[in-house]
Amino acid sequence: MHVCGTHQDTLVKNGLDTLLKKCGIEIGQGPGCPVCVTTPKEIEEMLLLARKDVIVTSFGDMMNVPGEQFSLRSMKSEGCDVRMVYGIEDAVKIAVENPERGVVFMAVGFETTAPTTASTILNKPPDNFSILCCHRTIPPALRAIIEMGEIKIDGLIEPGHVSTIIGTKPYEFLSKKFGVPQVVTGFEPLDVLMGCWMLVKQIQKKEAKVENEYKRAVHYEGNVKAQKIMNVVFEPCDIKWRGFPIIKGSGLKLKQKFEKYDARVKYKEILNEIQDKEFHEPEGCRCGELLRGLISPFDCPLFGQVCTPDHPVGPCMVSIEGSCNIEYRYSDH
Amino acid sequence: MLDVTHQIVCLAIPGKIVEIQKDHATVDYGDGTRRQVNISLVKVKKGDYVLVHAGFAIEVLSEKDAMETLDLFREMLSLEGDV
Repeated sequence: MHVCGTHQDTLVKNGLDTLLKKCGIEIGQGPGCPVCVTTPKEIEEMLLLARKDVIVTSFGDMMNVPGEQFSLRSMKSEGCDVRMVYGIEDAVKIAVENPERGVVFMAVGFETTAPTTASTILNKPPDNFSILCCHRTIPPALRAIIEMGEIKIDGLIEPGHVSTIIGTKPYEFLSKKFGVPQVVTGFEPLDVLMGCWMLVKQIQKKEAKVENEYKRAVHYEGNVKAQKIMNVVFEPCDIKWRGFPIIKGSGLKLKQKFEKYDARVKYKEILNEIQDKEFHEPEGCRCGELLRGLISPFDCPLFGQVCTPDHPVGPCMVSIEGSCNIEYRYSDH
Repeated sequence: MLDVTHQIVCLAIPGKIVEIQKDHATVDYGDGTRRQVNISLVKVKKGDYVLVHAGFAIEVLSEKDAMETLDLFREMLSLEGDV
């Protein structure tokens, strides 16, 4: 299993998944798409803020994920002020330009993205700026998927750019405790083949350790400066992932001293409206099972029929890091 | 190259630092695209290659390690059929 949309893109785009299957190696994408694992409730929180005259900002793919009735993009056509940004600094710029309006950035992403949020918060953005923190961390999710025991994982291809930040050390417990071989891997086709080769060699030798194929960008200790900045701003929290129950310690929340930038504190009264409400996956959508590695896109009856990139039902068809979107783009659906 | 409408949340693109201005630097992506990038998460100098994600440089790329990886690729490809 791997947990990165860019790995999935490399595998499918270059036909490596089919090639490897012929050699007896099946690789599936687990919960490795930040947009996909963001929960329906987090999307509804953003939609609610958009309805209350707040300027809401988000990465492109997040805009198209359907909520119960609307997506952020469709809220825009309802007259709400929803803006797509390339990164958090663009959202801060919008806040500077609109001092009389509240501006919220939907902070999704794993450890690759979380330091960009942390650095921006430390840089004291204006008071009308805040974030809806949806950051999640990979190692606790990997632990959860192994402990749930729904699928047997012979080896893990670890995400290169998450590892750029956290290094290779945080994965070691998975090899020691659960005996899973792991290789931190880059994104070129040869990187991915190399990662598979290294995993197969470990399996053949009955070893279970963390190896690093992506040495040009990943060091054992990771980016220490980025980790320090993250630790100043965030603390771990328990958080639900789409398709999963609450995963202990797998989320990041702003520490209390930064709560003036926490949209859930700043707009508490507005968000209270949906605080105890449960939001469900779209009817018939099997994104949850896909994210747990139980099915492939072709196992979902909606895939390519009612669920397409133009009319996505679930987030895995929206995001270009989602398995369904990737499969749809490169396969003869 | 940097498609905002479909920005991949975990994608990082390599580029070369051509000019440093305090917390930001101009990065050249090699195809004529140049962008201002925040460099507060890394220690860089002019001429370094960095990985850029969501407007931030997240790591400096090592040429030495890249060369070693190329050697390993050659080794893997020469062993075709062994695995």
